[in-house]
Amino acid sequence: MDGQTGKSQRAIISVFGRDRIGIIAWVSGRLQEYSINILDINQTILQGFFTMIMIVDLSPASVEVAELARTLEQEGKERGLQVNVQHEDIFNFMHRI
Amino acid sequence: MKITLAPQEILQTLDMIRQENLDIRTITLGISLLDCRGDDIATVERKVYDKVTHKAANLVQTGERLAARYGIPIVNKRVSVTPVALIGSGFNPDGMVRLAKALDRAAAAVGVNFLGGFSALVQKGFSQGDEALIEAIPEALAETLYVCSSVNVGSTKAGINMDAVLKMGEAVLESARRTAAQDGLAAAKLVVFCNAPEDNPFMAGAFHGVGEPECVINVGVSGPGVVASVVKENPAADFGELASLIKRMAFKITRVGELIGRAASDELGAPFGIVDLSLAPTPSIGDSVAEILENMGLERCGAHGTTAALALLNDAVKKGGAMASSHVGGLSGAFIPVSEDAGMVKAVEAGALTLSKLEAMTCVCSVGLDMIAVPGDVTAETIAAIIADEAAIGMINKKTTAVRVIPAIGKKAGDRVEFGGLLGGAPVIAVNPFASDRFVRRGGRIPAPITSLSN
Repeated sequence: MDGQTGKSQRAIISVFGRDRIGIIAWVSGRLQEYSINILDINQTILQGFFTMIMIVDLSPASVEVAELARTLEQEGKERGLQVNVQHEDIFNFMHRI
Repeated sequence: MKITLAPQEILQTLDMIRQENLDIRTITLGISLLDCRGDDIATVERKVYDKVTHKAANLVQTGERLAARYGIPIVNKRVSVTPVALIGSGFNPDGMVRLAKALDRAAAAVGVNFLGGFSALVQKGFSQGDEALIEAIPEALAETLYVCSSVNVGSTKAGINMDAVLKMGEAVLESARRTAAQDGLAAAKLVVFCNAPEDNPFMAGAFHGVGEPECVINVGVSGPGVVASVVKENPAADFGELASLIKRMAFKITRVGELIGRAASDELGAPFGIVDLSLAPTPSIGDSVAEILENMGLERCGAHGTTAALALLNDAVKKGGAMASSHVGGLSGAFIPVSEDAGMVKAVEAGALTLSKLEAMTCVCSVGLDMIAVPGDVTAETIAAIIADEAAIGMINKKTTAVRVIPAIGKKAGDRVEFGGLLGGAPVIAVNPFASDRFVRRGGRIPAPITSLSN
């Protein structure tokens, strides 16, 4: 966090879209397949709009952040959801000194 | 390790990227070509090609991987090289053109969209290589796709080489004439500098200075949209508050540049040079420096007050950015390229923004008269005089200034030119109709100012 890049294996997954049944089940199911551990979930519904932020640990995972990002973004789009998967450093660099 | 990020912080970053066009404008790999020199042009061509394609082999791929890992677009991957006037010293202009073509082939092979460094530093005079290179510029730029050229004609320490200024007036005009069918595109790849920085990652003025290491990663950030939003959301803030808000945003933007620079440096095995703090606009809506100035309360960019607004913006960006990066360099100031900024284009079309006002604005920001289309019947002497004015501003104020004007052959003030892509399009701006010929033809150097005697 103090400027070392690439040390952490944590990523932030954010999901936005119209609320419906099974969004979290879909994301967590996919994560389990890749052996990715969920560290924290924050989820709200605002006027029918689903917002979820998930912090995950990729160190035991079978994929890289970039590949996971591509997969979830694509599958999310098919479900009408905007999904972003980003290495946590981009947030740490921006918001923490 | 504890997780300390708040959801609002994550959402803010996402908004900056998705809604406000925050991106990394460029990762530029500087490569020294000093070891590629030789007596035989074919050998030098081969060495130059081999070195660039070897050193930059993974640049584009690495940029794409980092963009995916951090979820932020990295728009351009580019290469800058040692000024070619040094590498090709001893060759004639034809040899210089061959080197430009070799660099062009190398740029195409590694997939970068620009390669800078067809350059000469002549602030105090010409060496043989400098003269050959300057003579070769129009042909080299007209016959290559990716090569960018820059010439430094003045500095605070050396004064202004007015012979070079005149030659560059001619080179700009001839470059435009040779590419008249493309609205003078070659002139859009040619920058004339005063106080050129040796570690600038932005095109068309990037080159790899002789004081630089073998290879280096320099990063340019973007983010006018992010700053425009924060200014818009705070219409009642006084100037102190406004400066603080901009500083905070500049800090965040620059941190992203720092992160990408370090990561790219790790992955490519090249040392991390600098982050350039410039706010670089693009032609897309919502990515405009003019919009920031208008959000501050100006009806149109170019209205009285524009210079003051730009001064505040530029200073606040530097103060915020300087704290965010271990090494700041390059140009580091707000860019005001007319054709690359939708708000600037609108301001020119509305009659709010003129060449004179743009010149005044360059006194308080970084780059100078950038991406400005001028009427096609402009003379080389008038272009030289425009260059001389900008160089004087740079020399006296100890700052970088540059001129990148594009004579629109066959067009007059009010007509439109289109360069496409990041270079955008713009209305042609009128130049002062009175002649400067006798002045620019005097020859010699304008002496360095008294402020240069700082030792």
